[in-house]
Amino acid sequence: MTASATLPARSRRRSIPGTGGRAAAVFLIPFFALFAVTMVAPVAYAIGMSLFAERRNGLGFGGSEIEFVGLGNYGAVLSDASFLEGFGRLAVYCLLYVPTLLVVALVLALLLDATVTYARRAFQLLLFLPHAVPGVIAALIWAYLYTPGISPIVNVLASGGIEIDFLSVQMVLPSMVNIAVWEWAGYNVIILFTALQTVPREVLEAARVDGAGEIRTAFSIKTPLIAPALGVALLFTVIGSLQLFTEPKILSSATTAVTGTWVPNMWAYDAAFNRNNLPEAATASIILAVLAGALSWAVTRFTSRERTR
Amino acid sequence: MTAVLDRPAAPAASTPPLGPRAPRRRNRRHRLLGAIGVNGLLVVGSAYMVLPLLWLVFAATKDARTLYSGDLFSFGDAFVQNMQTLLAQDDGIFLRWLGNSILYAGVGAVVGGFVSLMAGYAFDKFEFRSKKALYAAVLVGVLVPNTATVIPLYLLAAAAGMTNTYWAVLIPTLCNPFSVYLARVFSAGYVPNETLEAARVDGAGTVRSFLGVALPMLVPGFVTIALFQFVGIWNNFMLPLIMLQNRDLFPSSVGIALWQSQVQQNPEFSTLVIAGSFISVLPLVLAFVMLQRFWRSGLSAGSVK
Repeated sequence: MTASATLPARSRRRSIPGTGGRAAAVFLIPFFALFAVTMVAPVAYAIGMSLFAERRNGLGFGGSEIEFVGLGNYGAVLSDASFLEGFGRLAVYCLLYVPTLLVVALVLALLLDATVTYARRAFQLLLFLPHAVPGVIAALIWAYLYTPGISPIVNVLASGGIEIDFLSVQMVLPSMVNIAVWEWAGYNVIILFTALQTVPREVLEAARVDGAGEIRTAFSIKTPLIAPALGVALLFTVIGSLQLFTEPKILSSATTAVTGTWVPNMWAYDAAFNRNNLPEAATASIILAVLAGALSWAVTRFTSRERTR
Repeated sequence: MTAVLDRPAAPAASTPPLGPRAPRRRNRRHRLLGAIGVNGLLVVGSAYMVLPLLWLVFAATKDARTLYSGDLFSFGDAFVQNMQTLLAQDDGIFLRWLGNSILYAGVGAVVGGFVSLMAGYAFDKFEFRSKKALYAAVLVGVLVPNTATVIPLYLLAAAAGMTNTYWAVLIPTLCNPFSVYLARVFSAGYVPNETLEAARVDGAGTVRSFLGVALPMLVPGFVTIALFQFVGIWNNFMLPLIMLQNRDLFPSSVGIALWQSQVQQNPEFSTLVIAGSFISVLPLVLAFVMLQRFWRSGLSAGSVK
């Protein structure tokens, strides 16, 4: 039951006669209708909205006027101290989370692929299980595991003389990284492990004959050969880390160290629902989408250059 | 020398020849240490993944008092009582939340999965104008983070007066560009072009040959796509949180988060939160254990680029 067994090599595509535009349209219209309504239209609407601002008259009585402000909202959001602080936190989070996740996933995948490993399927299942846990519940479980008095971890550490407050201002960010690694490591392990299985056995045999040990083979032969899969994992991890919302939102009810505008997504949520400033919420969303686009473009460029090198 | 020559004829069972014996034993000890190290590390990794889940199971059996006593991993005796409290809370609203989760995730997985399957099939099998551009749009859709479109979706839904309805959560989940990408890979792998051509020669139109010939071959791919969509929608939090104000429409994730936000005022809520979490994780864990074949093939297809 490996990838190659379920997915036989793609048969060389020839266009099947009589399968032109009209036939294709029947199959494509449902998806692209949904795509237009749920992705294109909202983003276009939000871009439009981000160019206007609501000006309240006097003391908030007598209604309000909508006026065109051009890029004014972008200036306002990008110079807002709490938004920038959130962005800084998100950047630190990405810098901690992305390498940690990839290293943990790569090491576990290489261990799974080692010749001396027993019970591969069982290990894969156990490693993958956290992915079945909804983000809200993952965050809740860890919130309890971080809470002094409830947490077995905190208690054990305390009885060993180590006092750590996982929910303090300094520790809450690494604590959040841990939650995300827990949720996503197994998923990436499977992706990388599948790629490792396609490494030709002759290559590994040749390395063995040349006297390379198992560890050396793992890092200097297998790892470079699965660079494309690592690139995919990197791309989705970066995109995923920009989505950060659920974990801080849940932890914000467990600790005051997480404020209501802790990351840009929470800032946008706060703008829309607590400050009722919809144009600024739209602006923040567009900024995030553009940033995600730029980052994924950069990652794709970076990984494809590494590959052709 | 003769011993070496003998070896193929008399394998494992015979006594090993004298010459290569010593290095081989060292090799074996080396291998044993390696095996212990590798498997040991995997056990540690698996424990990191499984222990928090196990804690949830233990916690679901405790009442508020024993929960806060911070006991190590051990069973309490309040499981039945916790479940009764959970189901009785607010006239059984938790069952309603669970039903909503099943509705959102079930409809989203089946309908959305089928829509994606059709699109992926068309991208694989048909030739048409601006195919490249349309597929590029799908890939851009894969790369835009969900959360970046949630607030724009809310703004549009608010303008259309559709917030706080089932549709506000259902419709966005039907569109999943990544599933289209997967469907294209599956279509290329499972449905040979020759079969479709044969169907055409027999006089089947494109729709009929899709439904009658290709679809049966695509069932495993469909299950994989539907499984991933089901889990994705079940786990979705930001979209329903933003779209819904009426508690009766909440999925379980938003409902549990609502209870969690009340824990600080009333610690009794934590048993509700834990019992609810336990119940809403259970179906997903079972699905993953039983449908292993499908998520494995989905992840391997997803890593092909």
